[in-house]
Amino acid sequence: MKNYLNCETTIWSWLSTKDHKRIGVMFLVSVTLFLLVGGVFALILRLEHLTPGPTLVSPNMYNQLFTLHGVVMVWLFLIPAIPAGFGNFFLPIMLGAKDVAFPRLNLASLYIFWIGAILTIYGVLDRAADTGWTFYPPYSSQTYTKATPVLLGVFVLGWSTIITGVNFITTIHTLRAKGMRFMDMPLFAWALYGVSIIQILGTPVLGIILLMVVMDHSFDWGLFDPARGGDPLIYQHIFWFYSHPAVYIMILPPMGVVSEIVTSMAHKNPLSYKAIAYSTFGIAFVGFLTWGHHMFTSGMSELNAGIFGILSMGVAVFSAIKVFTWTGTLYRGSVWIRTPLVYIFAFLFLFIFGGMTGVAVAATSLDVHWHDTYFVVAHFHFIMVGASLTAFLAALHYWWPKITGKMYFEGWGVAGAILVFLGFVGTFFPQFLLGNAGMPRRYYHYSEQFQALNVLSTAGSWVLALGLLLVLVTLIWSLVAGEKAPANPWNSRSYEWMTPSPPPKENFPETPRFVRGPYDYHLPLEPP
Amino acid sequence: MNDFLRRLLFLPEQASSVAREIDTLHYFVIGITMVGATGVFIAALWWSIRYRARSFEASSTTPQVQAGLAVEGGLLAFLVVLFIVFWVVGFSQYLRMRIPPRDAMVVYVTGKQWMWKFAYPEGKQTINTLVVPANRNVQLVMTSRDVIHSFYVPAFRVKQDVLPGRYYTTWFRATRPGTYRIYCAEYCGLSHSAMWGDVVALEADDYERWLEGEPLENFVQLPPGPPMARVATGLGPDLPAYPRGIAEASQPRSMADWGREVAALKGCLACHTLDGQPHIGPTWRNLWYRETPLADGRVIIADEAYLTRSMMDPMLELVQGYAPVMPTYQGLLEPAEVGAILELIRSISEPLPTPARAPEPLVRPPLPPGSLDRVDPARALEFIRETSERVTP
Repeated sequence: MKNYLNCETTIWSWLSTKDHKRIGVMFLVSVTLFLLVGGVFALILRLEHLTPGPTLVSPNMYNQLFTLHGVVMVWLFLIPAIPAGFGNFFLPIMLGAKDVAFPRLNLASLYIFWIGAILTIYGVLDRAADTGWTFYPPYSSQTYTKATPVLLGVFVLGWSTIITGVNFITTIHTLRAKGMRFMDMPLFAWALYGVSIIQILGTPVLGIILLMVVMDHSFDWGLFDPARGGDPLIYQHIFWFYSHPAVYIMILPPMGVVSEIVTSMAHKNPLSYKAIAYSTFGIAFVGFLTWGHHMFTSGMSELNAGIFGILSMGVAVFSAIKVFTWTGTLYRGSVWIRTPLVYIFAFLFLFIFGGMTGVAVAATSLDVHWHDTYFVVAHFHFIMVGASLTAFLAALHYWWPKITGKMYFEGWGVAGAILVFLGFVGTFFPQFLLGNAGMPRRYYHYSEQFQALNVLSTAGSWVLALGLLLVLVTLIWSLVAGEKAPANPWNSRSYEWMTPSPPPKENFPETPRFVRGPYDYHLPLEPP
Repeated sequence: MNDFLRRLLFLPEQASSVAREIDTLHYFVIGITMVGATGVFIAALWWSIRYRARSFEASSTTPQVQAGLAVEGGLLAFLVVLFIVFWVVGFSQYLRMRIPPRDAMVVYVTGKQWMWKFAYPEGKQTINTLVVPANRNVQLVMTSRDVIHSFYVPAFRVKQDVLPGRYYTTWFRATRPGTYRIYCAEYCGLSHSAMWGDVVALEADDYERWLEGEPLENFVQLPPGPPMARVATGLGPDLPAYPRGIAEASQPRSMADWGREVAALKGCLACHTLDGQPHIGPTWRNLWYRETPLADGRVIIADEAYLTRSMMDPMLELVQGYAPVMPTYQGLLEPAEVGAILELIRSISEPLPTPARAPEPLVRPPLPPGSLDRVDPARALEFIRETSERVTP
């Protein structure tokens, strides 16, 4: 049977495609590639920390590596991975549409992403930036490394993000299937709606401030040079005005994924559909008002610190609503413990632990000790990376049959999930303790007293790498040797499973009629 | 209990007046965090196993369960109250940490790439070693000379960024004498991780004696600095292993020894080694008058003129293979100190090979009139004595 993969097979048919599914697949392949690149940087960084002094690389190279690790992981993996990859693929299908609202613009967003990625990678190869992914001036204005290509690369990537956001919002408003009200949409669509708002409102601000750093760095404008009336602190305010909400760009889509997988695997309606949908907007809104918690020791006023502290805890309240709802959804379900759900367990642990340490750092006095130490590194790796990565892998396994038409190997899948979880905790849990002990981040050299925990963390990174490698190899092997996937291997009620695997080019063989909700597990599944 | 929890969490010693109460909040918050995360995780696992699927038929259904408002609202109210408690306690601590007491003594702090400078109202100046009296409130008035740094003393639970063009304050009271590490916590470039120092808290009497000029070594053994600086300095046991800015009264010594001390005090040795190992900057061993390739392709003789220019305008003639990261020392080195450093470089370089003699010309050209050959040595000596007497009264 013809599907979106075999309807046309030339390379040009992929490069010029306007099919949201193919664009989604190309995004998924690209971000996986960059996950590998960023991961290799991370492994070298961890190796360097095996000993307190020089181990493997020079101090200068170390500084470049942690900068590039951050830039690649944040803008080339975490931000695009789920929205541009899975979002592109599944949003129109879940809404019963043939494509997104602006298919040509969608293709443009892929090309803009690649241009941005090439600029960034060029910056990696040629005297790479050593500013840290936060690009704080005045250091970033003065560094002798080439910060400009990386800054411009991120600037260009921002456009890709904005276009995707515009496309999703328009699609959700205009292309829902006949009779589908907003409150009938799958929860993944709500998550994408929330994230699109942040992308559209936040990303331009990042673009502006990064361009200002380019002007400072390349043309010596002195915008952040106090000797010429500039203010380094204003950079931090504007940078975090975007970059804190950016954390929610990274975490809201994973939350959507979790909502889908928990209901599908438990075969139960969400404990509260409205709570999950509304809390998304709570996070998106309050998320814009918390940026100052990155700056409690920067010299900001005490009043500001207090306000930003309490607002930051507000985000945790909305997140807690979601966590309770997911957990409660399992109650009285008919739970299939399969690879995607094992990843969701990992997600829940990393997300709650990471989130609660977030509440801890929002208690202003504790943050003074933790700020810019490994505690913060561990905190944001738990919540932003751990949660996003496990949700990404959960989604990859959950939707693998639909995307590729092949089943992954269940046993290997569970083994990979357990390795990834143990590796992740092994890598980052010691870093909480390192931060407690007072080891600052971005340290090439450290005191001997920190070595034991660093060795543990490095060992953990090898387990994590092994787990990810196992996932990659077994998934690729399943393309060759995997069983053919049925249309609905999970007995899910969600709409994307109502079409064959892989879906035809037009998403559904005939115009779909959604007569029941995506979470109506109290009704038996009709034969497809 | 406090000590057990502190060790369990790998927290450093509590050496300031605020450390203990901050740690208490820490135990409370982290304890609840761990219990909460584990609890929800176990609930999810338990329900997944308790309600695992027994039928995989497409026709099987599950009951529709909706959360009651009371359950969700109750959980949320509990969380909100809990978070507000965290915040109230944390923020009141934060205010106390930020607002210095009126009776505090003042030390002025300057961060620069990559060292901490401390200046006392009494006129004393130190580098990387902040000497304070124990049990007395100390207010730091802080700024930076170049990029953003952050003054961090883990044992005090104190941290404050320093920005160029701004002055910020922080304060602490060390509760017992001892030596506590200072780190730079805000990434500031190449040697960020070597921007270490120490707070030395002395008994009040000892502090007074130190202010009056008694060497710090009389009171405390300074711990070694970061590995990079130790590699870089290559100093003997007679000098501290890391640049320490306490200039002590000195007995007569050679100019090269003085240069060694200046190089340590001014931070040169953080980047230049004396033992031949290339580091952030070129080594000083065997540098004297050697041919040195520059980044722009020229080859230059590293003579006094070049070395001096390199100290004052380091970016102008960069040695090949090294990053342009050296700050200028214009105005930071006394002319005599420049001389001492040159003398140090000369002393650790192999003596220059005597240049091969030019082959004797076959025919000696006749000397022009008035040239040295005609000068009577005795007459010349007389002339020199006369002129020098005229210059020095």
